[in-house]
Amino acid sequence: MMITIKDKVRAFIVDNFLFGDTSYELADTASLIENDIIDSTAVVELVAFIEDNFGIAMVDSDIVPANLDSVDRISSFIKAKAETLAA
Amino acid sequence: MCGFGGYFGSIRDAEALLARMIAAIAHRGPDEQGKFVTPDAGLGHARLSVIGIGDGQQPMSDVSGNLTIAFNGEIFNYLELREGLIAKGRRFRTSSDTEVILHLYDEMGEDCLSLLNGDFAFAIWDNRHRRMVLARDRMGVRPLFYTSKDGVLYFASEIKALLKVPGVSAEIDPIALDQIFTLWAPIAPRTAFRNIHELEPASVLIATQEQVTVKRYWHLDYPHRDAPSKVTNEDDAADELQALLTDAVRLRMRADVPVGSYLSGGLDSSLVSALAAGMTPRRLQTFSVTFDSAEHDESAFQTEMASALGARHRTVACRAGDIAGVFPEVIRFAERPIIRTAPAPLYQLSGLVRQAGLKVVLTGEGADEVFAGYDVFREARVRRFCGRQPASRMRPQLFRRLYPYLPGLQQQSVEYLSAFFGTGNAALDDPLFSHRPRFKTTAAAKIFFSGDLRATLKGYDAAEDLVSRLPQAFSLWHPLHQAQYLETRFLLPGYILSSQGDRMAMAHGIEGRFPFLDHRLVEFAGRLPPEMKLKGLVEKHILRKAAKHLLPTAIRERTKQPYRAPEARSFVGAGELDYVRDLLSEASIAAGGLFNAKAVANLHEKCRTQPASGFRDNAAFVGILSTQLWQKNFTSQEVSAARAA
Repeated sequence: MMITIKDKVRAFIVDNFLFGDTSYELADTASLIENDIIDSTAVVELVAFIEDNFGIAMVDSDIVPANLDSVDRISSFIKAKAETLAA
Repeated sequence: MCGFGGYFGSIRDAEALLARMIAAIAHRGPDEQGKFVTPDAGLGHARLSVIGIGDGQQPMSDVSGNLTIAFNGEIFNYLELREGLIAKGRRFRTSSDTEVILHLYDEMGEDCLSLLNGDFAFAIWDNRHRRMVLARDRMGVRPLFYTSKDGVLYFASEIKALLKVPGVSAEIDPIALDQIFTLWAPIAPRTAFRNIHELEPASVLIATQEQVTVKRYWHLDYPHRDAPSKVTNEDDAADELQALLTDAVRLRMRADVPVGSYLSGGLDSSLVSALAAGMTPRRLQTFSVTFDSAEHDESAFQTEMASALGARHRTVACRAGDIAGVFPEVIRFAERPIIRTAPAPLYQLSGLVRQAGLKVVLTGEGADEVFAGYDVFREARVRRFCGRQPASRMRPQLFRRLYPYLPGLQQQSVEYLSAFFGTGNAALDDPLFSHRPRFKTTAAAKIFFSGDLRATLKGYDAAEDLVSRLPQAFSLWHPLHQAQYLETRFLLPGYILSSQGDRMAMAHGIEGRFPFLDHRLVEFAGRLPPEMKLKGLVEKHILRKAAKHLLPTAIRERTKQPYRAPEARSFVGAGELDYVRDLLSEASIAAGGLFNAKAVANLHEKCRTQPASGFRDNAAFVGILSTQLWQKNFTSQEVSAARAA
């Protein structure tokens, strides 16, 4: 079975910010900030995860809630960045 | 400064019980012990002799034998009160402040509390009216706990004395735990112990055979936000402040033993030390903590200030691992779970004072609450500023200026800053507006609560509970005063003065004195217009002005560095202590029943591998570890067996 970007992102969030609590119903579109899943330091952890696992170098303008505040947004951001790199 | 315990009602083996209660808190008063027993009431006392060393033994009865007091603390204006009483024909047998309270109570009953300028908790057995009167100082410097069992009221300076009462058991109060994991402290009268209560600050409890009543005799108050201020001239206000603070320090230098001073290197303790140095005929002795991590250490400022004062300065180094080493003792004395490690270095510091042979120290604590020094006040102002123009990209950049010492925050985009501080959708009329981001961040650590604990709590909301306890006038106050009230009324006694203050000092038999919490100063500051306290984003503006001729410019003008200590990383990594590993093991966590064992194991591993974890992870780690320590200290089978023996 193929592991998708979204699976990897979700697994990282569950392991790192929910500490393995799989009973937490994390919707793909749920805001990580409004649901108190990440704090300001966690953003740094999130950026490191994306750079290390997907070979993406993020610039300051990438690090905004519009790109990183839900499983869906993070996955879409990674896909878009990967496509830009591949082009 | 001492500890006491007692009861109201009829019990068996009263002498033996009082002896056990006082033995449990003997650290508060290593100099003498005493007991008073009648068929209906009893008092026990452990004394730290500071005033009236030769003739102030307690419990103390009046000439008639009808009034007997056990007292912890100091009445700083006792000489003035004594003069007034002598003028009325009262005769004194001792030179102590304790006897002053007895005479005043005899004259006025509990109304005498309004005349006392001091840090105190006391119990008076009033045989004439067959009642027990318990009282506590306005700001909550000195503690007083109580519980009832089989129709008898028991009370003591620390909870560990109450646990000596047969049938009084130590059980965690889940609501209190939720409050600690949200608000940093239980909301009094609740304590971490189920069915054991704290007498709230500025309150008096009167117990008769028929009933127990509790009433407040003083209130923290602020003017209506639209009322024209009676204080309009800043220079005059600074002069009045300096005079009040000078007098507050003068009163707190009263002791029959030398008085030293804590010196953090910040404005507040420097100011107190400077005033004290000018009043003592001896060389002032000052005491500081140093850290080996640059982000926490203030030793350069401490050295500069001590040198300027010509003080005899001593320091205790808080090195990596020291916090873990003393943390079990910290929790034993704090008697509650805590989510920060900051009390640990203060425990070390009071040990240093004891080693130096002193019993009494002045501290600068309270100035941040009274004169708006905390970041939370500035942060609320910036959030309101941003909230008025939510689309602005410039305004949120001010958050970076607020927290130059938080590297994680410096790296955040404007969009994230806005999101984390809730500037876009902030409800400006939320009574907890100033503290909401802090409470939300802290409460995120409750993700580690076990399913059973969550089920017990049934959706309980500590923040809303806090809102329900706010006074009616709260909504009419200026936003800064609302924020000051939250900090001063709840966090100050609930955490700062207790976990960081009384309990850490008294663990080594040291009495802390707090000039900024002189009620005259607190009332004066409450009347000041907000802009004299927080001017733009400059905190404690009026206090800096009042300090103009007393401190070196570098100390007076420096930006506040909040007192913090290393958190989770104190406990993990190389040299991790056995107790940490044991208490955080999946088996121990599961046995405790309060946290999710698997999640805690993941957190432990994360803290080991990512030492720069954020506030939520640090608060959770310290909170969970301290809760486990609390359970081991107070509820484990070995402890219960020892208590019963």
